[in-house]
Amino acid sequence: MEVTQALLNAQSIDGTIRKHAEENLQQFQEQNLPGFLVSLSGELASEDKPVDSRKLAGLILKNALDAKDENRKWELVQRWLSLDTAAKAQVKACLLQTLSSLVLDARSTATQVVAKIAGIELPQKQWPELIGSLLSNIHQVPAHVKQATLETLGYLCEEVSHEVVDKDQVDKILTAVVQGMNSSESNDVRLAATGALYNALGFAHANFSNKEECECIMTVVCETTMSPEVKIRQAAFECLVSIAAMYYVKLEPHIQVIYNLTSNAIRSDQEPVALQAIEFWSTICDEETDILENHVGDTSGDSDIHCFYFIKQALPALIPLLLETLLKQEEDQDLDEDTWNIAMAGSTCLGLVALTSRDDIVPLVIPFIEENITKPDWRQREAATNAFGSILEGPSPDKLAPLINHALPFMLNALVKDPSNHVRGTTAWTLGRMFEFLHSSIVGTTIINEENAQQIITILLQSMKDVPNVAEKACGALYFLAQGYEDVGLTSPITPFFKDIVQALLTVTLREDATESRLRASAYETLNEVVRCSTDETAPLVLQLVSVIMMELHKCLEVQNLSSDERDKHSELIGLLCGCLTVIIQKLGSSEPTKYVFLQYADQIMGLFIWVFACRNATAHEEAMLAIGALAYAIGPDFAKYLPEFYKFLEIDLQNFEEYQVCAVTVGVVGDICRALEDKILPCCDGIMTQLLKNLSSDNLHRSVKPPLFSCIGDIALAIGDNFDKYLMYSMNTLQIAAEIAAHTSGFDLEMIDYINSLRNGILEAYSGIFQGFKNSSKTQLLIPYAPHILQFLDSIYMEKDMDDVVMKTAIGVLGDLTDTLGSTVGSLIQQSLSSKEFLNECLTSDDCLIKESAEWAKLAINRVISV
Amino acid sequence: MAPHDLRRPFKRPLISDQERRRQQSLLRQAQNRLDAQHHARFLVSTAFSLSSSQTPEPETEPIHEPESHQNDELDVLEASKLKGAEARKWFAKQLMHPEWMIDIPENLTNDWFVLARPSGKRCFVVSSNGTTISRLRNGSILHRFPSKLPNGARTKDVNSGSSNSYSILDCIFHEQDQTYYVIDMVCWRGYSLYDCTSEFRFFWVNSKLAETGAFDPPSYYHKYSFSLVPVYGCDQSGLCSAYSAPVPYVKDGLLFYNKHAHYQAGITPLALVWKDENCSQYVMDTDSKGQVPNQQQVVLELQEDGKLTTCDDPPVVFGCLDGSFIQQSDLHSGYLLRFAIGEEGLVLVGGKLEKADLQYLGKANRARASADSFSKVMFQYSVRHSPLKLDDLLGSVSSPVDQESKACDIEMDG
Repeated sequence: MEVTQALLNAQSIDGTIRKHAEENLQQFQEQNLPGFLVSLSGELASEDKPVDSRKLAGLILKNALDAKDENRKWELVQRWLSLDTAAKAQVKACLLQTLSSLVLDARSTATQVVAKIAGIELPQKQWPELIGSLLSNIHQVPAHVKQATLETLGYLCEEVSHEVVDKDQVDKILTAVVQGMNSSESNDVRLAATGALYNALGFAHANFSNKEECECIMTVVCETTMSPEVKIRQAAFECLVSIAAMYYVKLEPHIQVIYNLTSNAIRSDQEPVALQAIEFWSTICDEETDILENHVGDTSGDSDIHCFYFIKQALPALIPLLLETLLKQEEDQDLDEDTWNIAMAGSTCLGLVALTSRDDIVPLVIPFIEENITKPDWRQREAATNAFGSILEGPSPDKLAPLINHALPFMLNALVKDPSNHVRGTTAWTLGRMFEFLHSSIVGTTIINEENAQQIITILLQSMKDVPNVAEKACGALYFLAQGYEDVGLTSPITPFFKDIVQALLTVTLREDATESRLRASAYETLNEVVRCSTDETAPLVLQLVSVIMMELHKCLEVQNLSSDERDKHSELIGLLCGCLTVIIQKLGSSEPTKYVFLQYADQIMGLFIWVFACRNATAHEEAMLAIGALAYAIGPDFAKYLPEFYKFLEIDLQNFEEYQVCAVTVGVVGDICRALEDKILPCCDGIMTQLLKNLSSDNLHRSVKPPLFSCIGDIALAIGDNFDKYLMYSMNTLQIAAEIAAHTSGFDLEMIDYINSLRNGILEAYSGIFQGFKNSSKTQLLIPYAPHILQFLDSIYMEKDMDDVVMKTAIGVLGDLTDTLGSTVGSLIQQSLSSKEFLNECLTSDDCLIKESAEWAKLAINRVISV
Repeated sequence: MAPHDLRRPFKRPLISDQERRRQQSLLRQAQNRLDAQHHARFLVSTAFSLSSSQTPEPETEPIHEPESHQNDELDVLEASKLKGAEARKWFAKQLMHPEWMIDIPENLTNDWFVLARPSGKRCFVVSSNGTTISRLRNGSILHRFPSKLPNGARTKDVNSGSSNSYSILDCIFHEQDQTYYVIDMVCWRGYSLYDCTSEFRFFWVNSKLAETGAFDPPSYYHKYSFSLVPVYGCDQSGLCSAYSAPVPYVKDGLLFYNKHAHYQAGITPLALVWKDENCSQYVMDTDSKGQVPNQQQVVLELQEDGKLTTCDDPPVVFGCLDGSFIQQSDLHSGYLLRFAIGEEGLVLVGGKLEKADLQYLGKANRARASADSFSKVMFQYSVRHSPLKLDDLLGSVSSPVDQESKACDIEMDG
């Protein structure tokens, strides 16, 4: 086969030629994979081949090694590892050779493929000579080779975890990278080296702990931020941001220098550089807030968690710097969701500084607000308002409330009178933040009282008629206004305005331009919050809302023949309406009298939800499912009448692996229905259980759905009692396999341990449900054979010492359930288990009241059995 | 290398409303699963019938009307939903009533608790669905009010569990300080504690109630304050504390609870009441005018066959009325009748009543729900003749020192 021609044809603009070439390549690959990969790597390495065929050869190689989908990726990795060694060696040799190519595109394609192979082989302890050979003569090679080598090292560090590279090799990589960043090198080399350092920072913990090496890295990074080349400066600041996050404690000796560099960049460098410089300070805020929130009063003397108060020290200089950035707004920046400019970054950073420095920031910002808020230039008014809005989270209410009380009349006036859209939008946002952080029954200060409540609401409702961007922010302000009255009790100050508010929000949702600026979504979210926080006084009005929303949903479902763009917006609206109904169902279902009245709509509502399933949109399905779960909970056993019709959609959505969120929500709804129907769910159980077990054994379902799937098995068992016997063997087998996997966590990272704990919890909830379901049944002896394994599982997760509180609670509960159901038949087994002794005692003395409660239950059950 | 995105959320809430709805659904589902588990763990064993605790019927009459058959399966959860007369009837039967202490139980020190009983109205306090209702021993409602008990008021506390879950406390309402003194706990957030030992229940009362804010002073959402009664182990110091330590309420005798006993509706010998003049204003029964009558009075129930019995199960027979007297006085079976105990008093042989000198006084007050119990009659009798004194109680409990040496002995034996 003529590979070069096939690769060129595969990029032809003629569809027929292209298709034919692609088929040929595919065929080649299927018939002789090693030969195919070798000839691709040969193509890539040949300096006399056309650049386009070389590039595509490299790309196909890369795609033969990696895929976005986790399962596919795993298959590809296994395929490569099992390939003939000679072929692999040939491919690798060609790739390394290509790194010296004079053709940039060939080189840089090869760098990525080398890194992919390294990502597969290094963890397997294969290709151990790679890093050494890359670095062997880096000082002697021409600049273009050095650039490609450093780029390869950068990608390599991105691909592999730091554990698989020896310290000695890390040192060599860092040395090469730091040398490459030196100002004597060419720009291409410096850029590649700086990029490589960014990826290698995660490998450099030991080096940062060494004072001299740390000093060396910091010095070269700081120098590089002053490179004449903008891309290099940007890359260097990216490194600083990453260092701030990873090595905060190492920054102290350099912070003054970094302050000077960043402030120059923020004031006068190009935007991409300035943005990174601001991000540096935002990251410092993140770190210090985290330390102050989580480790304050930590007297363990652990030097790793020490706050250096960089923000506090820099405050007098940092604040004017950030306030300046606020004046660099772009017109209509709020209209484009993708915009990210220096004013936005500055405002965000100011907010983070307020969170970190609390009251100290207030006197530094107030003069700026006072000076600018009445200026004729909209930029100054907007910047002043923005500054006010940015510092509302962090400082104490005592400090802020007087300022807000003073400013509120002015702001309300500006909201409707200011000629600039931008100023009105930011004013609405600032009002929203005032209500979010300072208006609530918990805060203790009042900024809203009987006198101004009416004025505030009236003006917000008026503002909802403004342009979409402003109206959306006004909705947001009303959202927080309503939320502040959440715990107000029997009478809410909102009550007199409830009807007007709901009417205004519904009007907004019907605006022609409601799809702009998320306006419609915000209006529904606000409506939801107003309903959530309403009191019994307005229950009749919420009841009236039911038919209004149902009518909207009905109208929406009737629309046909939409373009694909319209269909998306349409599905989104269906989702919003279902979401609104969920909130209403929960609200009205929470008290008996309103539930009773509301349930007269149940048939119609359920009919609409069923109709929603006809539209193929994940969000709409998910929202309808959530609503149905809430409805089943409110209705209880009578929900059974909807089951025959609803069941088929339930089954379909349980099989939606692609949009796994839909599947996950549906699994949760099965649980709701189990609890509502109890044994009336029996007729559907064959189908549901088959699907649940299928899902559990599938590799294609997102792993996050597995824990709820297990819990759901428990829900079913609890609902149908010993009728579960026919699923018992299959379920127990699946549970046992999963339990064996979930018993141990050694060698996994924290994220994986969290996942394993959620898996354990699901498995244990399944066991609980099964045991409780069989309690007092004549078939309990069916469970006895499984008891040893389950007790062993409990013992082994106890021994691992890495359970979280939730698992601990569920696990000790299972001990109780097992004992309670099986009684003295397993008495000696239980007495032998670690769980009934050390583990139980540990739980009995736990500070967590839920664990203690479960443990008391287990103790009670054990005492009954043992004393008998 | 890919450009690193540094955009942060700007002027937008971090969490979407949909995400919030999803989270809330997950929370609700988890809570409901927990409730279902609790329900399964605790409730099944507590289904106890309404009809079987109604007026004791002879066992030879297996008459079960369809209605009462339904009631057989009424458990606490269902009962908590009863309204009106039915609820009254049900709750009237559910309180645990102590016997009067006529002799000292063995092993008082190790197996019993003691507490100073507040004087006031004995009631069940039920919190569910956003209200709290207290019911007197005859089942009628004393107060309906908001409280900080779980689901005891209409607030939006997500953590209080599902609105179905209910809690039932055994309390005494003390008029003087308008406080409910909690003497026992029957259900908590849907848990039934009927099947638990009093040791466990007291532990639960102590640890759970404080979490709710029930002890807070009265407020808009918490109309009456709740308070604990100090419970002591029944050794000398415990007994002395219960007897004489100052408490914020007026005492009405001492209550003794067997540590291992479950909560049992009706009269039980595993809870006992004892009193003397120092710890109670009402040692001797008074008549309707509040005077202590010269002769002890008792209320007994007239049976079909003319026998006069106590309210115990099985009933104790105190005497018999002949048919002609019954006809003459227009009495019917089931009537509660008042008698005085005459000069010859009560004759006991081996702890069993042999003979009682009863003098008919008339029908009992209409408000009376049942006849006197045997232990009450005996306690009142002994108060008038040879009262059980505090010293007797103290004499029967070992001092802590004794216990230590005892424990020591056992160890050495081993």
